[in-house]
Amino acid sequence: MSAIALKNLDISYGTTKVVQGVNIEVAEGESFALVGESGSGKSTVLKAIAGLAPDWTGEIAVLGSPRSHKVDHDFATRCQMVFQDPYGSLHPRKSVDTVLSEPLLIHGLGNRNARVIDMLAAVGLDQRFRFRFPHQMSGGQRQRVAIARALMLEPKVMLLDEPTSALDVSVQAEILNLLKRLRREQGLTYLMVTHNLPVVSFMCDRMAVMNKGRVVEIAPATALHDGSFTDPYTQTLYAASGGNPKSKETL
Amino acid sequence: MTDTLLDVENLRVSFPTPTGRVDVVKGLSFTLGRERLGIVGESGSGKSMTGRAILRLIRSPGRQVADKLMFDGNDLQALSERAMRKVRGARISMIMQDPKFSLNPVMTIGDQIAEALKTHERIARKDIAARVIEMLEAVRINDPERVVKMYPHEVSGGMGQRIMIAMMLIPQPDLLIADEPTSALDVSVQAQVLDLIDELVTNKGMGLILISHDLNLVARYCDRILVMHAGEVVESCDARDLHKATHPYTRGLLAAVPQMEEKRDELPVLDRTAWSGT
Ligand SMILES: Nc1ncnc2c1ncn2[C@@H]1O[C@H](COP(=O)(O)OP(=O)(O)OP(=O)(O)O)[C@@H](O)[C@H]1O
Ligand SMILES: Nc1ncnc2c1ncn2[C@@H]1O[C@H](COP(=O)(O)OP(=O)(O)OP(=O)(O)O)[C@@H](O)[C@H]1O
Ligand SMILES: [Mg+2]
Ligand SMILES: [Mg+2]
Repeated sequence: MSAIALKNLDISYGTTKVVQGVNIEVAEGESFALVGESGSGKSTVLKAIAGLAPDWTGEIAVLGSPRSHKVDHDFATRCQMVFQDPYGSLHPRKSVDTVLSEPLLIHGLGNRNARVIDMLAAVGLDQRFRFRFPHQMSGGQRQRVAIARALMLEPKVMLLDEPTSALDVSVQAEILNLLKRLRREQGLTYLMVTHNLPVVSFMCDRMAVMNKGRVVEIAPATALHDGSFTDPYTQTLYAASGGNPKSKETL
Repeated sequence: MTDTLLDVENLRVSFPTPTGRVDVVKGLSFTLGRERLGIVGESGSGKSMTGRAILRLIRSPGRQVADKLMFDGNDLQALSERAMRKVRGARISMIMQDPKFSLNPVMTIGDQIAEALKTHERIARKDIAARVIEMLEAVRINDPERVVKMYPHEVSGGMGQRIMIAMMLIPQPDLLIADEPTSALDVSVQAQVLDLIDELVTNKGMGLILISHDLNLVARYCDRILVMHAGEVVESCDARDLHKATHPYTRGLLAAVPQMEEKRDELPVLDRTAWSGT
């Protein structure tokens, strides 16, 4: 069984089709990256899987169950999404404590106090942030709250939209290490959007490259070592990222 | 060095906490000519607050004080709020870390850019639409005819950032403060947008403060770099010497950057036990 299976997926907003003919299978426990041009439809693919972009055709299945176009309440316990925009995705009048306890409350889970405390520590936030509101935190601190919220229900599949692009490298390193550890310990599956190819090299097994609403190439992350990509757009993207300085030295 | 555009001395920004006021920017001093200054440093180190304080945009209960905050010969601390608003609109622009938050959610992208153009340029009514499209093309937005009709929630993360950049460049400011302006852009678009900003620095003599956590990017696009930690500058160097930085904190940051051929199983992290803040 694959964790995420997308077949012939088309997604539209109104009359504009923004994603076309996407076929991706992510195995259980795999970490899979979605990279590509800005505006190419990466966030849209994640939103469709999460049920937030209702106008799609084709097939979407998560952990073997096909996604219908209806609202699915149990879905949240299996699959969670971290949004690209840490400002918009946190409610301005809810404290960190509320944001983190809420999912537990909704799903009738106990031991909330301890879980909130543990989770704050896990994402590297001091306990003094617990009763703060979004406007009292820096950009990176908010993003860590957003990641913590998604982890509260211990989902099996995580959809991560640029989870660390708002973070400085030291916090990014902490979050990436955390995500890697969770994946190892709990067998999580990640579908992660990023524009940072070295992050893909560290975190992912495979990557799909999107351009203008289509997947133009699927490659193993090790292709980043030597730039062995076949699609011209991917090659441009790789070159613009500076390629691999290590392999240049040895040439 | 070129003539001084901005002179900051002993800048402090503080917030109240249950145990009293705490400084999140602790006596920062620097000068800026018509050059590109990069500010890097970990999350919460006070980069955004520094940018906002230059524009006197620290909201209550936050407070800012400085021994000196001079911009092009004007004492910014002595200006009335009204005069300060003029400076913000025309002479100093800031691209905020969160682009969508700064756009008006109920107005189309095209109307917002048009409004900014009307405020800052003498422009004939019939030419506005074409100028708006031109601005979007300048920041490499594909399909600008479609984008002008969209509302902020309909554009992608990277499009939002580029729209903000286009808007902030319209007044042709003397100083641009860009807070993580390209964090949502893929590398090829990022390079194009930064080149556009760079052109203004070189050709129009604009000063640039580029706040970013991307060390490679700052090293490539700036002349000088300030490294901030817990509200203080711990190191300042020429951009091309960043990789030779000596302060342990800066070295820690450099080590945490993932590589294209990443073989480490875990990335090194900084010891945060000595970390202060609000
Ligand atoms: N609610 C919406 N209504 C109409 N069009 C939309 C909406 N949301 C996104 N789009 C359009 O869909 C396209 C794909 O957007 P998406 O956010 O998926 O891009 P992305 O690949 O995530 O880009 P980025 O890297 O910049 O975040 C864009 O052209 C965008 O303008
Ligand atoms: N209203 C507030 N009340 C209390 N503390 C605040 C408030 N606003 C900001 N802070 C604190 O000020 C510090 C500096 O924030 P700032 O936004 O300047 O960080 P930054 O360096 O820009 O970080 P990032 O890279 O995450 O954006 C942070 O530790 C933050 O928690
Ligand atoms: Mg996106
Ligand atoms: Mg900031």
